[in-house]
Amino acid sequence: MDGLLIPLIIGAPALGAAVAWALRTPRARGALLLALAGVHAVAVGALWTRPGAEAFGGWLAPDALGLIVLGLVSVLFAVVAQYAVSSWRDEAPRGGRAFVSCLLAFLAAASVVALSQHLALLWVGMESTTLAIAPLIYHRHDRRSLEAVWKYLVLSSVGIAFALLSIFLLATAQPSDVGVRPLMLADLVAAGTRLDPAWLRIAVVFALVGFGTKMGLAPLHAWKPDTYGEAPSLVAGLMSGVMTSCAFVGVARFTQIAVAAGLEGFIRPLLIAFGLISLVVAAAFILGQADVKRLLAYSSVEQMGLLALGLGVGGVGTYGSVLHLVNNALAKVLLFLVVGNLVLAAGSSVAADMRGMLRVRPASAVLLLAGLFAVTGAPPFGLFISEFAIISGALHEHHPWVAAATVGLLAIIFVGIAAMIVNIAYGEPAPSGEQVPRLSRERAALVVGPALLAGIVLLLGLHIPAALRDAVATAARSLGGGTP
Amino acid sequence: MTAFASEASELLLLLVVLTDFAVLGMSRLSACIRAIALQGLLLALLPLVLVPLSVHAVVLAVGVFLVKAIGLPWFLRWAIREAAIRREVEPLVGYMPSMAIGAAALGVAFAVAAQLPAGPQGGLLIPAALFTLILGLVVLITRTKAVTQVVGYLMLENGVYLFGLTQASRVPFLVEIGVLLDVFVGVFIMGIVVFHINREFDSMSSDNLAELRES
Repeated sequence: MDGLLIPLIIGAPALGAAVAWALRTPRARGALLLALAGVHAVAVGALWTRPGAEAFGGWLAPDALGLIVLGLVSVLFAVVAQYAVSSWRDEAPRGGRAFVSCLLAFLAAASVVALSQHLALLWVGMESTTLAIAPLIYHRHDRRSLEAVWKYLVLSSVGIAFALLSIFLLATAQPSDVGVRPLMLADLVAAGTRLDPAWLRIAVVFALVGFGTKMGLAPLHAWKPDTYGEAPSLVAGLMSGVMTSCAFVGVARFTQIAVAAGLEGFIRPLLIAFGLISLVVAAAFILGQADVKRLLAYSSVEQMGLLALGLGVGGVGTYGSVLHLVNNALAKVLLFLVVGNLVLAAGSSVAADMRGMLRVRPASAVLLLAGLFAVTGAPPFGLFISEFAIISGALHEHHPWVAAATVGLLAIIFVGIAAMIVNIAYGEPAPSGEQVPRLSRERAALVVGPALLAGIVLLLGLHIPAALRDAVATAARSLGGGTP
Repeated sequence: MTAFASEASELLLLLVVLTDFAVLGMSRLSACIRAIALQGLLLALLPLVLVPLSVHAVVLAVGVFLVKAIGLPWFLRWAIREAAIRREVEPLVGYMPSMAIGAAALGVAFAVAAQLPAGPQGGLLIPAALFTLILGLVVLITRTKAVTQVVGYLMLENGVYLFGLTQASRVPFLVEIGVLLDVFVGVFIMGIVVFHINREFDSMSSDNLAELRES
């Protein structure tokens, strides 16, 4: 039974993607989507209790980081699936068949990334997530979404090509002894200092550029605001919550190998630089941003920067980074789904058109405010704890200036995000009278998912369950960090 | 490697470099696509001479042939026929300067390859891989037609593939097929988007795609 869990986690959604294509009615496709999201969640839950399982000769196996990301993928996908099926009652998606098929293919590919112990397989999964999500971005088929999907495809494809190159370079760096399995994570880490440092350095640079593009680290983030701005909200949520987390796995694996090879001094400054640049860029573009979805995109650039920064400073910062991965993904999906509700009510994602939402959509607006405090790292939400760990990591590892700059930039970002979101919730509704709510009242089915996520983020701020804490600590140790 | 295989691979790599220049210098899109198809054929032949003959090498060669020499060029040709476009109108960088960039890139590729730590393969393989990669990026950046940008992306992928050949015996077969499939699907989706761009804007210039920016 245990041996079947991993094939089930990947195979069920992959098969479902094909079946969804064949189903005729939207209702049947919706039921399939929900059923498979449920099966996936149950199977992932079972895998958490049996961490020894592996499949395909160890190519797919759950380690601590993989389990954390897989758990995130599963929970977030289930929430998004429920939201998607509920929202189709109001607005049927164009090409519904392709929509469900792509969602399920994305779930299968993201699961591959989380479980891969073989780096080339990880790449195949990463590229598949990229491609599976592309048709979802332009399902409106208008000019703006076409432009967004083209930018996304070109920039991501170049990034992912560099990531593939980095994996070939890594293979070159690995000693070709008998019995060593090429590109297997465990064997690379075990080889440690016997990896060729010159090739490994080049591999690390290309990996950071490649997977960094997928994460959306500045200055490689150019696709992000356009794509998140134009994609349907639930798709943007999946991208900012799940896809970027998968890309982080790629960066983390290379960090793990570089640390094992004694190249900490090489990779850490690069990660810190990417992190700080991302924070600066995010702060600059969040201030004065007019569109709420683009604002969230820059907030995602900021959070990815924090993740890179935490890995870069090491120590407790790495623990904070892994924990932040969880918190950020939950908060981002929460925000995008709530914003999706509000955009539906206001008919626009420009903040000026969305004022006074507390009156029009009270539940969504309250959740938006909760999301605001969560995503900016205010207590008592989970992101406060993880951001605190990252900053104290920077202090403990003797980067006082990095810590100071981070705190300053986070304060600026808080002001920028709060200014817009408070206005959306409390501001006076636009007087022009153009604000005609398309739906007469708020629907519980579209609020329950985001509310659940808000609850989890709040809970993680008050108490981290022991199982999760252990997994985060184990993952952080494998990445060369410490635990608080 | 036998002397024959070594000479054959050097010849093939030389031809790959020439097809890179061909893509860079040609203004007719159909000629560009023919050049990239020829490059696909050359890439399909390379594993047969570089790697000791095995089922693995033969299947890889057949896969690359089907995807890069037949499938994708056919698909791109379909896209330009449906869209009735003939030539790249105004590249951001003219053809003569492009060729100069190409020549410079060739120098850079050899210089960088010489700086690299002693690799598993000598000869032309690594310089040719770097050169194809750089020219792919150049085409991707300097051309304005979306179709030509897809050709540039294919060249970039071909450069990565050439580098991967240095590790052909170590990268498992299933992964190679996965990579090939991903490239295929990627270009396929790009092609579909190109088709929609054309229908929406009446021209396949990605310059039209300038609505989204920070105001």
